[in-house]
Amino acid sequence: MSYTAWIILTASLVGLSCGLVGVFLILRRMAMMADAISHTVLLGIVTAYLVTRELHGIHMLIGAVIAGLVTALLVQWFHQLGVQQDASIGVVFTTLFAIGVILISTSVGNVHLDVQHALMGEITFVPWNRIDLPLLGEIPEAAFLLMIVLLIVLISILAFYKGWKITSFDPALAVSLGIPAAAMHYLFMGLVSVTAVASFDAVGAILVVAMLVTPAASAYLWTDRLIVMLALSGGFGVASAVIGYVIAVWLDTSISASMAFATGILFVISFLFSPLHGLASKYMRGKSSRALPKNSV
Amino acid sequence: MHILLGSNTQWVLLSTLALGMAAGLVGCLSYWKRQSLMSDALSHAALPGIVIAFMLLGQKDIYVLIIGAAISALLGAFFIQWIRSATRISEDTAMGIVLSVFFGLGIMLLTIVNRTVGGNQSGLDTFIFGQAAAMVRKDVRMMTMLAIIVIALVTFLFKEWKIFLFDPGFAKGMGLSIRSMNVLYLGMLVVTIVIGIQAAGVILMAALLIIPPVSARYWTESFKRMMMLSALFGGAAGAIGTIVSVLGKGWPTGPFIVVVSSMIFVFSLFFGAKKGIVTEMLQQRARKRQNEPAWSVAASSTLKEGNQ
Repeated sequence: MSYTAWIILTASLVGLSCGLVGVFLILRRMAMMADAISHTVLLGIVTAYLVTRELHGIHMLIGAVIAGLVTALLVQWFHQLGVQQDASIGVVFTTLFAIGVILISTSVGNVHLDVQHALMGEITFVPWNRIDLPLLGEIPEAAFLLMIVLLIVLISILAFYKGWKITSFDPALAVSLGIPAAAMHYLFMGLVSVTAVASFDAVGAILVVAMLVTPAASAYLWTDRLIVMLALSGGFGVASAVIGYVIAVWLDTSISASMAFATGILFVISFLFSPLHGLASKYMRGKSSRALPKNSV
Repeated sequence: MHILLGSNTQWVLLSTLALGMAAGLVGCLSYWKRQSLMSDALSHAALPGIVIAFMLLGQKDIYVLIIGAAISALLGAFFIQWIRSATRISEDTAMGIVLSVFFGLGIMLLTIVNRTVGGNQSGLDTFIFGQAAAMVRKDVRMMTMLAIIVIALVTFLFKEWKIFLFDPGFAKGMGLSIRSMNVLYLGMLVVTIVIGIQAAGVILMAALLIIPPVSARYWTESFKRMMMLSALFGGAAGAIGTIVSVLGKGWPTGPFIVVVSSMIFVFSLFFGAKKGIVTEMLQQRARKRQNEPAWSVAASSTLKEGNQ
């Protein structure tokens, strides 16, 4: 496969995994939690590096999952101690992120890990960092990691579809049905962390947030059915990756930032023209309902 | 240590002190409006404005950059409001969208600027994490002046802010326009964010607004004292963080300010006079020592309130 194809494939995998996870994120009104986790993942990676002196694969993944769960736990704990939910998110992630940045810019130095990388990723280098696998042959490590994560995401969604659906839409019903809401919550946070870290390495923190939140929000404007929303959100994620790449090549600029911007373009289109909740259709419906007041629902 | 005595550093120190105080005060308003994360979204949204202003002008002029940042942040606020009111998308999702898409656009443009100007000559990279050491006299003067204006606006209109936050119904009766107070609040928020970006960076600027009020909350129940403490904590974090960051070459200022602020927060969390964890534990133990079970103290205090 060519250089370009690997980059687009890697970014598409990010778009697909993040798009799927993002649906539950925005339905649970936890978009800013995703922002928080995508920032604290940095501290997890730096700490894992300081402990193991290794920047690849499983160490990083474990470090980041721990960081993500610590973020979720701390936010919950401060909230129980009387801090407002969004203020406690703000306190936790800025602090952990600041510690991560300080560790990078002072002691860890320039060992493959710099702040620029953390923010924007190094997707241009992804195709060169290859590993040899049986069956698949030689493929980039990031792409391999993302395939595994996509598999984890798909299995988790299949396994916990019902649980997350009910806890997202009707927490009270979930409790009365005996679904362990807290366990579901932390399980989900773990999934967000895994997705964030695998994507983080390839595309950086900004794109992770953009991919987690924006395609899902766009999909939310097109449909009322969860299963359709999942499919659309994943599709928008992949489309953003491709469009973003085209823009980046055209303007000769950062690939991951352009992809983040592309999610915004798709959102604006959905916001204006979605037949269900778009502005244009609302405007048209407003007109027709004024003409025929009795038929309007 | 001789860097600390340099006159430029002293000026920078003064400006981050003023910035910290202004952010602490405005942060209290955001806290009670339950909009803490709004500041995070707006500070990220300011980045494309800064870069576009630089592109138009071709040089780093602080006044133009600040205006660019303010326009872009206000545009972000407008979009968040619009998405929220026109669709069923919740506010935090709208903030996530604006934050990431605007920031993505900012980085896109920044990459182009850095490529065309050559190397990182534009010096715009410092806006991401903040570098107080890179500020010149003109920046410092501007920042300090605007911070003092914000501090004055909060202080002199203290009574109005209190009514605006806690008793909007009464405000209407008094003839206080909620709408114009909202506009003034948003204006102050944007000004604080924009002047803080150079010292603290777009990513961590929000922490200056969020952490001090939360820390102050652990010391007092009174709004006035909370504001004073929050300003004090914010100012201290700004000044100490700056001092630490100028000790190392090329160290970013923002993260250090945030870490100092968080230390104050953790201290307040444990030892705060009102709701601190250790304080509450000691109080409980004292109650036990008086051989009086906790419920009877609670019962007698509710009785007292009942009598009044």
